[in-house]
Amino acid sequence: MSAANLPAASDTQSMTGAEIVLRALKEQGVEVIFGYPGGAVLPIYDAIFQQNAIRHILVRHEQAAVHAAEGYARSTGKVGCVLVTSGPGATNAVTGLVDALMDSIPIVCLTGQVPTHLIGNDAFQEADTTGITRPATKHNYLVKRMEDLARTVHDAFYVARSGRPGPVVIDLPKDILIGKGQYSPPPTQEHRSYRPQTEPDMGQIRKAVRLLKEAKRPVVYSGGGVINAGPEASELLAKFVRMAGLPCTNTLMGLGAFPASDPQFLGMLGMHGTYEANLAMHGCDVMFNIGARFDDRVTGRLNAFAPDAVKIHADIDPSSINKNVKVEVPVVGDAASVLRAMIAVWEADEARQDREALAAWWRQIDEWRGTNCLRYVQEGSLIKPQHAVKRLYELTRETGRDTFITTEVGQHQMWAAQYFGFEKPNRWMTSGGLGTMGYGLPAAMGVQVAHPDALVIDIAGEASILMNIQEMATLAQYRLPVKVFILNNQYMGMVRQWQELLHGGRYSESYSEALPDFVKLAESFHGVGMRAEGIDDLDRVIREMIAIDRPVIVDVAVDPKENVFPMIPSGAAHNEMLLASGQISGGAGVTDEGTALV
Amino acid sequence: MPDPNDMSQRAATIAVLVENEAGVLARVIGLFSGRGYNIDSLTVAPVDAEGRLSRITIVTSGTEMVIEQIKAQLDRLVPVHKVADLTLEGPHLNRELALIKVVGTGSARQEALRLADAFRARVVDATIESFVFEMTGSSEKLDAFINLMRPIGLVEVSRTGAVAIARGTASLSV
Repeated sequence: MSAANLPAASDTQSMTGAEIVLRALKEQGVEVIFGYPGGAVLPIYDAIFQQNAIRHILVRHEQAAVHAAEGYARSTGKVGCVLVTSGPGATNAVTGLVDALMDSIPIVCLTGQVPTHLIGNDAFQEADTTGITRPATKHNYLVKRMEDLARTVHDAFYVARSGRPGPVVIDLPKDILIGKGQYSPPPTQEHRSYRPQTEPDMGQIRKAVRLLKEAKRPVVYSGGGVINAGPEASELLAKFVRMAGLPCTNTLMGLGAFPASDPQFLGMLGMHGTYEANLAMHGCDVMFNIGARFDDRVTGRLNAFAPDAVKIHADIDPSSINKNVKVEVPVVGDAASVLRAMIAVWEADEARQDREALAAWWRQIDEWRGTNCLRYVQEGSLIKPQHAVKRLYELTRETGRDTFITTEVGQHQMWAAQYFGFEKPNRWMTSGGLGTMGYGLPAAMGVQVAHPDALVIDIAGEASILMNIQEMATLAQYRLPVKVFILNNQYMGMVRQWQELLHGGRYSESYSEALPDFVKLAESFHGVGMRAEGIDDLDRVIREMIAIDRPVIVDVAVDPKENVFPMIPSGAAHNEMLLASGQISGGAGVTDEGTALV
Repeated sequence: MPDPNDMSQRAATIAVLVENEAGVLARVIGLFSGRGYNIDSLTVAPVDAEGRLSRITIVTSGTEMVIEQIKAQLDRLVPVHKVADLTLEGPHLNRELALIKVVGTGSARQEALRLADAFRARVVDATIESFVFEMTGSSEKLDAFINLMRPIGLVEVSRTGAVAIARGTASLSV
């Protein structure tokens, strides 16, 4: 073969910037892009038109493109990819980017930009995208030279997925996309400056194991870091928790990392966590935090948080350690690597567990469990929102289908977290850190694109769903049979709940006035609409919804006065929980200081 | 191990080696403003032969826990190579440069020149009514000199902020 015919020759051929971008995406394993075209990115859209390797999903709003990519990423473990135009395209994407930043979701977002010679001239659809997105991303790039283009795309994917994952923006001026240059494959050498530590220090692991072995009242508190570390990390977590006989609680982000049906599972912890999980956290003598970040929704009042506990904190991000809560044993590393090391050291360690103390601790936990903190009374025709979620869980389970749940933000989100059991990781997609209303529908869209045959349900509220309702059109276009299950209580329920508890029942602007007819709305978007008015309708509409292979909106009329319990009021400690409405009279547990918190 | 109940503040001189790329200084400054950390001074310049690396020296203050956070947050910025807390890591040199303009005539002018001599400040510009002094030293020494100049005609000060380096053989490099 002559040199001119070598296959490698294609690598050095001159391509347009847009072609280089697509080639790099393909090489990074991208199969789907969520995006919306515009002037500055037309060259990329032209290149997309001329190839078949990468599928483009046309969303109806750029915010939804990012949430869809988040749903795709969270349900697959891959990097989600977004393409938007300059100016408003980029600014619309910002909410999604911050959402991904807060929840550590790997996203690469390509934004168009005006040509380099116009940057800074207030050109049409110009925005300082790297300036605006600097605090909204893990990292961002503005490509100003052709020769940097391919390397920057490869770099962006490495940064998005390595260490603590996050969103990365690449701002692409139009002249770079049109210009000619050469493609270069992903670099083989290490990144110059960003090399996060993934393997834990074994000395710290031995300390952690010894503490847990000698503990009398241990608890495992696991978070989204375990999910981000891949499905193997969740298996290792279950193995470790079971071999050590420890009680385990998950954060909102961590649900599914440990099977909900396992007797050692205490449920979710935090502001709306279970009584047993929060009291176990409050009363433990050794706490093992793996992949969680002591968020304020979890800790409650910091100076009363787990007052007697020696704390072990394993996290891939050193800046999460000793940020809110001082810990005795910091461990920096990837959750799977940490758990693998913990298991190995546990097995090799000679020390014996104090089985008697552990049994007494479990008896105490079982006593707390006995309060049955998630009980509710479903009587009469009016549907309790908790019951709606519980039936949704039971009836989807009956089908045996792989089920993925997304949510919007508010009361329905908490009820979904409390009453829907997750046995596996990557099945639960919710906006945890940022609390973004409008997240669930586009996220469900992204999940369904990745898992065409799965049952994908957005558990929604009637207020949140209107924040990205335009994506119903995307569902129709791509025949994505996402189910939207609206718990319609005619209020921004969580706002109403706080107004009831903290603001004297003055329901300022929290009533969902002038709601659309969701059945007609679904139909106008080429989907199916259904309504459950009373308890007799509930099971039927859920079954019908599951059976229909098209987008469905189910509008479930639920008790408008229901609140989410248990609840640790802002500024209260884990052992100052409200269990039911009856306990609220006189604003029990809510201090003036607490009222100032969010 | 930082104690969260320890509210006593300390100053820290932090050296950061970064990729010399567009936006890196904005990332560092944005981190400080976004998270509510103090910046007492900040200097930056390329430091290697190829101009690929810059060194940022930040003087900040906070509780031990906050300073630990500042270092961890800096360290996770993608273009950051190394972060060193010079205050914590042992003896180090801390220098700042200032240009100080004093305007006046007669005895005030003579007094300014005498004090400048005592402080080893150099005269780098002079007119019949003014001096510009150049002075290098610790920030405290500069403060002391500037405060002395105030009543005798100080009109303008330009300072670089501190640069710092560890004593001895230890070096901060990639």
